[in-house]
Formats: sequence, C-alpha cells, structure tokens
Amino acid sequence: MRVRVLTFAGIREIVGEPSRTLALPEGATAADAWNALAGEFPALAAIAGSTRLARNGAFIDGSAALREGDELAVLPPFGGG
Amino acid sequence: MKYEITREPLDPQSLLDAVRSDECGAIVTFLGVVRVMGDGDRPVDGLAYEAYPEMALPEMRAIGAEASSRFGEARVAIAHRIGDLALGEVSVAIAVASKHRAVAFDACEYVIDELKQRVPIWKRENYRDGETRWRPNASPHA
Repeated sequence: MRVRVLTFAGIREIVGEPSRTLALPEGATAADAWNALAGEFPALAAIAGSTRLARNGAFIDGSAALREGDELAVLPPFGGG
Repeated sequence: MKYEITREPLDPQSLLDAVRSDECGAIVTFLGVVRVMGDGDRPVDGLAYEAYPEMALPEMRAIGAEASSRFGEARVAIAHRIGDLALGEVSVAIAVASKHRAVAFDACEYVIDELKQRVPIWKRENYRDGETRWRPNASPHA
C-alpha cells in the first residue's frame, strides 16, 4: 500500500520535501512508516522520541495500522504562540 | 466564533468584533509579539512560523470549546500568523468574551497554554548572526 507522509519544520528540512509517498506492506503500522522514513534519513533517529504522529489529521500511536491512501503527518515538537 | 491561520498581519480588532455580544461585560485579549531575545538570549532579527492548518484549525476550535465548557460560557476567537515576522509583529491573537471578567481571564490563559502544547505550529528563530533554529515551546505553562 501507499501512504503519503507529510513533513514539517525541522523534519521537512531533513527530508528535503514537504510530502513523500511511502510504499509499505499491507498491515504496516505508523511506527513501520516512521522506521522506513528514518531508514532513509538517519538524522531522524535522534528525534524519534520527540516526534508525534497523526493520521488524516488526528493524533495516533505508533501501533495504529495504516490503510492505503492515508496521510501520515510526522510532527516535531510544537512552537506556536 | 473566529479561528484563523493567515499569512497576513493579524487584526486584533476583528477578533474583538467576532466575540463581542450584548450578553458579555468583559473581553480579555492576549497578543503574542515577536521579541528580540531568542533561545539562550541570542538576539533575533525575526521569526518564521509554519503550520499544518488541516489539523491546527480543528485543534484551535476544540481548545476554544473546552475553554467555554471549563470556566463558564465564553466566546472565543483565535488567530495565528504564519510566514516571516519581524520584531514587534503579532504572532498570535486571542479574544475571549464572557458575562464577567473572571471567566474571560481564565479562559484566555487556558487557550494560550493549550495552543502552545497541542496545535501543530512551528517557530524558527532567525538569529542576527545568520544561524536559524526551529525552537519548540517549553513544558506546559512556560
């Protein structure tokens, strides 16, 4: 299946683009998607602990299963205000 | 009421107009302003904000609704600026109207505290020495 990963702020700068399509095996979880991305961009490993995930606009845990066409946002710590 | 993420300069008066009502005797406002000292007391020329609006706007609405249910009936408006901001420019504007002032003060503080923790918006400090850094908010209520 294919999911669209959205990146922001420092993570976008590491990945080099605001969105990226990942091909993942059926049944893959959000953590699997993150690991695939971190495999491609090793600098992400250092910030795994502070990164939150959201699927189609709602926060999710890494254990959440993804579906074809999902939009997975990888969110570094917020700085609004 | 009014919830907005915009690249245009914020207009606090439009938030006041959005929340005012004949039932409300108090309006409390909060403006977040770009200040010169960044992380580690390094001076900045300005800031850049970025958002995930599809998630940030619903989260801002949820915070406004929570503020009203927690402290008493309140009318809430929140606007956040994104893009490049210079010193002195307003990055976030909040207006809360309520029947009496206590609810408006409490709700307004709740809104800015929650916004900093829960709304997907990011801030990059552009230091005067040319370096830049994405700076996260501190722990709650900082």
